[in-house]
Amino acid sequence: MSATMTSAPATNQRDGAPPRVPERRRQLRPYILALPAVLVVIGILYPFVLGAYYSILNYTAANPDPHVVWFANYRSVLSDPQFWTSVRVTAVFAVVATALETVLGVGIALLLNRASKIGGIFEKVLILPLMIAPVIAGTIWKLMFNPQFGVLNHVFGLGTFDWLSKDAALWSSILVDAWIYTPFVAILVLAGIRSLPKEPFEASQVDGASWFYTFRRLQLPMMWPYILVAVIFRFMDCLKAFDLIYVLTAGGPGLATRTLQIGAYEDSITFQNFSRGSTYMFLLWILVFITARYLVSVLGKAQRRAAGAED
Amino acid sequence: MAKELMPGQKRFTTGSVLADVGILAWFAFALFPILWMVLLALKNDAQQTSTYFAFSPTVENFGTVLSDRGTQLTSVDFKTALLTSVINCGGAVLVSLVIGIPAAYAAGRWKFRGSEDLMFNMLSFRFAPELMVIVPLFVIYNQVGLFDTKVGMIWVLQLVTMPLVVWILRSYFQDLPEDLEQAALLDGYTRRRAFLMVALPLVRPGIAAAALLAFIFAWNNYVFPLILADTSASTVTVAITKYLGGGGQAYYNLTAAAALIGALPPLVLALTIQRYLVQGLSFGAVKG
Repeated sequence: MSATMTSAPATNQRDGAPPRVPERRRQLRPYILALPAVLVVIGILYPFVLGAYYSILNYTAANPDPHVVWFANYRSVLSDPQFWTSVRVTAVFAVVATALETVLGVGIALLLNRASKIGGIFEKVLILPLMIAPVIAGTIWKLMFNPQFGVLNHVFGLGTFDWLSKDAALWSSILVDAWIYTPFVAILVLAGIRSLPKEPFEASQVDGASWFYTFRRLQLPMMWPYILVAVIFRFMDCLKAFDLIYVLTAGGPGLATRTLQIGAYEDSITFQNFSRGSTYMFLLWILVFITARYLVSVLGKAQRRAAGAED
Repeated sequence: MAKELMPGQKRFTTGSVLADVGILAWFAFALFPILWMVLLALKNDAQQTSTYFAFSPTVENFGTVLSDRGTQLTSVDFKTALLTSVINCGGAVLVSLVIGIPAAYAAGRWKFRGSEDLMFNMLSFRFAPELMVIVPLFVIYNQVGLFDTKVGMIWVLQLVTMPLVVWILRSYFQDLPEDLEQAALLDGYTRRRAFLMVALPLVRPGIAAAALLAFIFAWNNYVFPLILADTSASTVTVAITKYLGGGGQAYYNLTAAAALIGALPPLVLALTIQRYLVQGLSFGAVKG
């Protein structure tokens, strides 16, 4: 490498300047390279904007020549108790699943970080549930949930307990979601723990601080940004939960697991009311957007605090 | 390493036993469904619902799922769905690489107007509710004849694969010292040759990781083929749900066998790129 560096100027002098690209073309270079990707982005943004436009039309399969009705869809959706049930189901699912996965994931990461030989083997298989398609995971669990011959009722002696009944379905969905995505939190936090500097912990050990004190005052604040990244990903994904729940219950029984995306699917695809479905989606998008902005600002604060804690 | 880090750990010898117990408990929970899927896939038709752990295993189901007989029994054409998944996902990843690598290079090497907007838009695709885009696309696809076509699927899968490729590879190009390309330029290379002969080979591990991760996510996607495909562009994920959906006799053993086959490609690929998973899954927010 150093040889290249020293010989290079000589080469230049011998051959004269290397082929120079005109300044203007050089400045355009990044734009030319990025242009196809920009076109893809526009190609995806176009239907997005079109969807927002649908939400102020009265566009259904039965009414292919729609006209603008402004906020009629929003008024109708916002005054519909079904919509608010979906909001509640989505909120419960997102909050409980994210909290459960975060607590379990952080716990597993801490255990794997301190543990022994067993940990090394298990770390390899930790990601298996995460890599299986959520619909496939849902299918497996649906078979295990079966009240008559499902293996769960057999192993736990629950008789013919119905895991996907009106009262249990949402909690069972959260259980399966935790099965899939707890490893996601765990591997992110584990990578975070391992990237922490050692010095503060050594100093704390020299000072004779207890394990718990060190954990609470030192390790947790320093891990916090990594935990928050995991929380952001999980919470945002839970807000738009669809695959898993659709396979397990298709939103039922009744409205028990009808999340906002499942509601939007029913309206726009099942009932072919594109305007109403788009209204659902636009409202969900606003919810996701606000939540994202808030969580990212919390993350920024945590990162600054963690950086300060290192000093 | 952990032993030196944790002050007072000596007092936790019972604690480390408890830690092992905790880990074992999680992995029993995590691995049981996979084990159960394997067991169910090995049962014959007569034993699929009448037995739990004691049965006479057979590997016949895997062959049945992929054969015409399986299609007749369950009216699910699994091997066609498998082939379609390979074409859709392979095509989508290829398109993403061809379009995404130059964009990632541009965004990683130069600060240019709109580069941050481009990256932010890419990231927002990761978090946007899919149906917001899919419902209008459903209408458009039906109008222009892209509904239930592989081209249509490859296009819409860019929503999944493109952000991954661009975000992962931009961080690789950013971490690549620019000196290397400068040296090549001084040696008389053109920019294009410096990119192709110097930068690109050096980020090959990143390209492999991004491509495989994008393939996994495209493979596992369900909403797109569910809404935008019917028969000729429908994939493994949709096929698997059909086993439990239809009337007639239910073949749970075949369902499990199909689920296992459908889950295998992502699992194998994930184990080969395990080192890059954390960075990829968090879009570079956490370095693994």
